[in-house]
Amino acid sequence: MADEVILLSYWPSMFGMRAMIALEEKNIKFDYREQDLFNKSQILIETNPVHKKIPVLIHNGKPICESLIVVEYIDETWPGENQLLPSDPYQRAQAKFWADYIDKKVNGPTRLIWAGKGEEIEAGKKEFIEVLKTLETELGDKTYFGGETFGFVDIAFIGFYSWFDAYEKLASFSIEAECPKVIAWAKRCLKRESVAKSLPDSDKVTKYIPELKKRLGIE
Amino acid sequence: MAEEVVLLDYWASMFGMRVRIALEEKGVKYEYREEDLSNKSPLLLEMNPIHKKIPVLIHNGKPICESIIQVQYIDEVWPDRNPILPSDPYQRAQARFWSDYIDKKTAGPCKALQRETGEKQEAAKIEFMEVLKTLDSELGDKSFFGGNVFGLVDIAFIGFYSWFHTYEEVANFSIVAEFPKLIAWAERCLKRESVAKVLPDSGKVLKSVSDYRKKILGIN
Repeated sequence: MADEVILLSYWPSMFGMRAMIALEEKNIKFDYREQDLFNKSQILIETNPVHKKIPVLIHNGKPICESLIVVEYIDETWPGENQLLPSDPYQRAQAKFWADYIDKKVNGPTRLIWAGKGEEIEAGKKEFIEVLKTLETELGDKTYFGGETFGFVDIAFIGFYSWFDAYEKLASFSIEAECPKVIAWAKRCLKRESVAKSLPDSDKVTKYIPELKKRLGIE
Repeated sequence: MAEEVVLLDYWASMFGMRVRIALEEKGVKYEYREEDLSNKSPLLLEMNPIHKKIPVLIHNGKPICESIIQVQYIDEVWPDRNPILPSDPYQRAQARFWSDYIDKKTAGPCKALQRETGEKQEAAKIEFMEVLKTLDSELGDKSFFGGNVFGLVDIAFIGFYSWFHTYEEVANFSIVAEFPKLIAWAERCLKRESVAKVLPDSGKVLKSVSDYRKKILGIN
């Protein structure tokens, strides 16, 4: 039976990008359905009634929610190609730890940068630089977060790169100056077709932010 | 080589309880080390430099942090006895989703229930009741969250049961009256040796929180 794979997502979402990258890594054909988060569709509300958020992966009619859970599901369901999580349990735990760190620590400060005012932006920038430095230390001189192979933590973080330009402009700083290894890592990731295909243009994101703020009622 | 398993923990932590239950389920011998959270040990700070939190599982000298990650690690390292996650990828995703839901949605209200009074506590109570309602609905008429078998979501949530009495007392409401299915589920879980061994006495938790509220927060 042919697999039916649908992804409900939203083009600027770094969380949606995780799911897309994972699907592309596995060469899975999927039906991408752009969602209007300000006018949520029936299918989104039905398939994710608890959080009503994207991304939602719908595989043969059954929904999977939460981006990291979606990525792990994709890795387990299509194990043949491009393994996303390591096989060793300790390495797997480390990969999950860092993906969880990214989930817990990046959103807060970056939201202050693009949605905040005055001092909030400065505070967000300071905190974000701290987080980037921690990630840079963890990356060290490795090619990817997990070592030689592109994987889970890279997928968890790379989507944020498409917003870096916006953060830099809004908070007047250079991420490359602060964390050159992170930028080098991002450029390596972008050489992968799955990433190049899934990340929107930085320019498009930067131009979109004022419109997003308006729709959210932030001025 | 003999396994060395050390757990840095705090007796009343519902997150620590998850790991203890998982280790008991697997019959793994481990050394429990109680942490004073107001005076964290050098070992804790070394093993969890990022978050500086318990529980920390140290397996043959290597640390694993974050309770749901630890439980999955335990399941993968000791797979032969009492599987904690289902084998089907879709069921696994559902188990992870509900554990994540518990983590995301209880943190705020549970902290406020413990530490606040008046309107803030009332708001936390209402939020917590909503979470219980959702979990009650998800459980339905099943024996355990995953169906017939005790598993990840049960392990993720059962520790909170030892805090129910505390929440009821400090915020003046009844979980027992509102959510009989959840109470029945908790009692089923308590029939398991691992859970009965690990969960602290509800009265002890209440006393510790009451003392904290009186002495540190000045609330009577």
